[in-house]
Amino acid sequence: MNFDDTPQEAEFRAIARKWIDANAPKHLEAELTKPSAKRASEKRDAMLDVAKAWQKKKADAGWACLHWPKEYGGRGSTPIERVIWQQEEGVYDKLARPFAIGQGMCGPTVMAYASEDQKRKYLPPLASGEKVWCQLFSEPAGGSDVAGLRTRAEKDGDDWIVNGQKIWTSGAHYSDYGILITRTDPNVPKHKGLTMFFLDMKSEGVEVKPIKQANGMQEFNEVFFTNVRIPDSQRLGAVGDGWNVSLTTLMNERMSIGSRVATGFPELFEYCSNLMIEDGLAIDDPNVRSKLAGWAVKNSGLKYTSYRSISALSKGERPGPENSIGKLVSGMMMQDIAMFAADLQGASGALVGADAEAAGEFQATILGSPSMRIAGGTDEILRNIIAERVLGLPGDIRVDKDVPFNKVPTKGR
Amino acid sequence: MNFDFSDDQKQLRDEARRFLTEKCPPKAVRAVIDGKAPYDRELWKGLADMGFLGVAIPEAFGGSGAGHLELCVIAEEMGRALAPVPFSSTVYLAAEALLLAGSDAQKQKWLPAIAQGNAVGTLALFEGSGNPSPKAIKLTAANGVLNGTKKPVADGAIADFAIVAARTGSTGRDTDIALYLVDLTSEGVEAKALTSIDPSRNQAEISFKNVKAELLGAANEGWSILSQVLDRAAVLIGFEQVGGSDRALEMGRDYALDRIAFGRQIGSFQAVKHMLADMYVSATLARSNCYYGAWALSTNASELPEAAAAARISATQAFQHCSKNNIQVHGGMGFTWEFDCHLYYRRSNAVAVGLGSLSYWEDQLIERMRQKNAA
Repeated sequence: MNFDDTPQEAEFRAIARKWIDANAPKHLEAELTKPSAKRASEKRDAMLDVAKAWQKKKADAGWACLHWPKEYGGRGSTPIERVIWQQEEGVYDKLARPFAIGQGMCGPTVMAYASEDQKRKYLPPLASGEKVWCQLFSEPAGGSDVAGLRTRAEKDGDDWIVNGQKIWTSGAHYSDYGILITRTDPNVPKHKGLTMFFLDMKSEGVEVKPIKQANGMQEFNEVFFTNVRIPDSQRLGAVGDGWNVSLTTLMNERMSIGSRVATGFPELFEYCSNLMIEDGLAIDDPNVRSKLAGWAVKNSGLKYTSYRSISALSKGERPGPENSIGKLVSGMMMQDIAMFAADLQGASGALVGADAEAAGEFQATILGSPSMRIAGGTDEILRNIIAERVLGLPGDIRVDKDVPFNKVPTKGR
Repeated sequence: MNFDFSDDQKQLRDEARRFLTEKCPPKAVRAVIDGKAPYDRELWKGLADMGFLGVAIPEAFGGSGAGHLELCVIAEEMGRALAPVPFSSTVYLAAEALLLAGSDAQKQKWLPAIAQGNAVGTLALFEGSGNPSPKAIKLTAANGVLNGTKKPVADGAIADFAIVAARTGSTGRDTDIALYLVDLTSEGVEAKALTSIDPSRNQAEISFKNVKAELLGAANEGWSILSQVLDRAAVLIGFEQVGGSDRALEMGRDYALDRIAFGRQIGSFQAVKHMLADMYVSATLARSNCYYGAWALSTNASELPEAAAAARISATQAFQHCSKNNIQVHGGMGFTWEFDCHLYYRRSNAVAVGLGSLSYWEDQLIERMRQKNAA
């Protein structure tokens, strides 16, 4: 048991470190190190240009989408090399956020289902960040129940005509392409009538509208489709097989083993170490200590859980299911920690932004963190996944499973 | 990175599981709970024959000298099986104290006997309610003669010897505390069994009246040695708790698959599934924290104090969480004497406080993290 690299891993790490050291946009390091940098997308286009420049630089030197084959713009690296790269890239990894969905989810789907010509045409610019992709899955009527989607695609000669609405689409406003799941047959049960496509987001009839979120920010979009024409050649997988295709996409969603999940704990520990409360430093208060310790062991538990998965990758093995707990634990922690920090501030805890204590970081997290427990699988869906796939418990009884989709009730009352 | 046990160590774990599945079924645990014997002597002898008692004791002192990672994987299986033997007192506490601070003669006298299953040892620290603290130690040592009472002492009524924390001065400093090695057959020692929430493990009150004892380690270093012993035991007991957590989770999962209510497996209800998923989360966090503790323990890393506290907290939370919700998944059946759920629940609540309470270790963890940050 040790934390050391193998000689090959150490060599790879040294090469990666040297390249990053010589090429990273160091003038951004301080800005990216701030916890609020995760919300850089607020600044939208300015940050996007910087992100694209860094991604292009990486791609030109062979450091983009490391685990992809070289002919598709990757490096052909092993899983552990990808993890080492992520560790070395550190805070600059935050610049890759606009490409995360395209490279993490759309890319693998295209790789699995597109033609060879399409893969060679579309994947390299996706890897290099020159083209940004989004994922058009969720709908107002189907979030956790993605297969309940209602966007229609109807065959018209060699094309399909798409009408409907998607929601919660990150980056749709700056994306060049998207993968889109549609309903092509409403007369069969819901999982059986779906078909996947990819499309040019500049197609006629595509309209992107930002969503104003509960925290006042705009990070997601609604996307409306009005008679949008998609060539059949841009279909991914067979007609009616869209659900299986989407599983390829979703299985990649939670597979980022190397990147540390944010929990909010280091920030809270630092804050409590310096905060004076009535009788002295907050960190000396027994109640504060007890709370801190509870979160400390969750924080370290997540860290060493990911180390266990990394160790499996290092040995060329498939990681166990242990990493599936990450988002479930960290999402709740972020929210609980922010609320506790505000509680320590007393009445001032109600203020936000520049008027608040600690530059309003904790209040911003209070307002933003509900999304962390919903996006990419709600806490409840994640518990279902652990229960069913890890513990082997039965799936839910699905009352709509064998019912034609157009006979499934759409309103509770 | 190789943050995992080796193939040999995993084989040892499998071997320990096979052995304990055969020699330590719930029936064996219940025999001790029912008062048929204070501990399972036959199992104890078997553990010695398997080499498990001396796995972390060097060959020079009669052990196999394999190491502490090997002891961790055995500990996990001991916890999983709820082994009704004085393993933690003897191996994690007494043997570790001897290894850390014992003279050559002391080691030669007791360590081979431990490895062979011929000696049960324990640590006599607590004097009534409260957590580990130099201030709480009233038992006195003057010219090698002990006077006072220790309570509770895990396995105190079956132990052959004890490491006793004693007060040698009243300056208010940690250096007032010394450790003594006491043969419990000595004149003036009286042990009385106490009733425990977990009757599968013995608890006792031991009184010392003018008992002659020999120092273990330097007289002014007792508390320092003791702190190290507690940290090392925290990791090892953490593995027992991880083993117990996993077993309680499995029992709950298996019952949820078997039991039909409202015409369906109860494991198909989300309320039950989510409860079990949360148990998996706790058990996984605890395992990972304990792995880090195992690394720190086996390498004598300077991170051990922090790693041990984190392992202790995480494992205590997980075992209590899993054992109580295992009963909940079982419903009314889980509250019967006949079902084994309460055996895990009892054990989880006994070990949760046996080395100092959760709040004590929480305080220790934050203090240690703070000191590291300041350094």
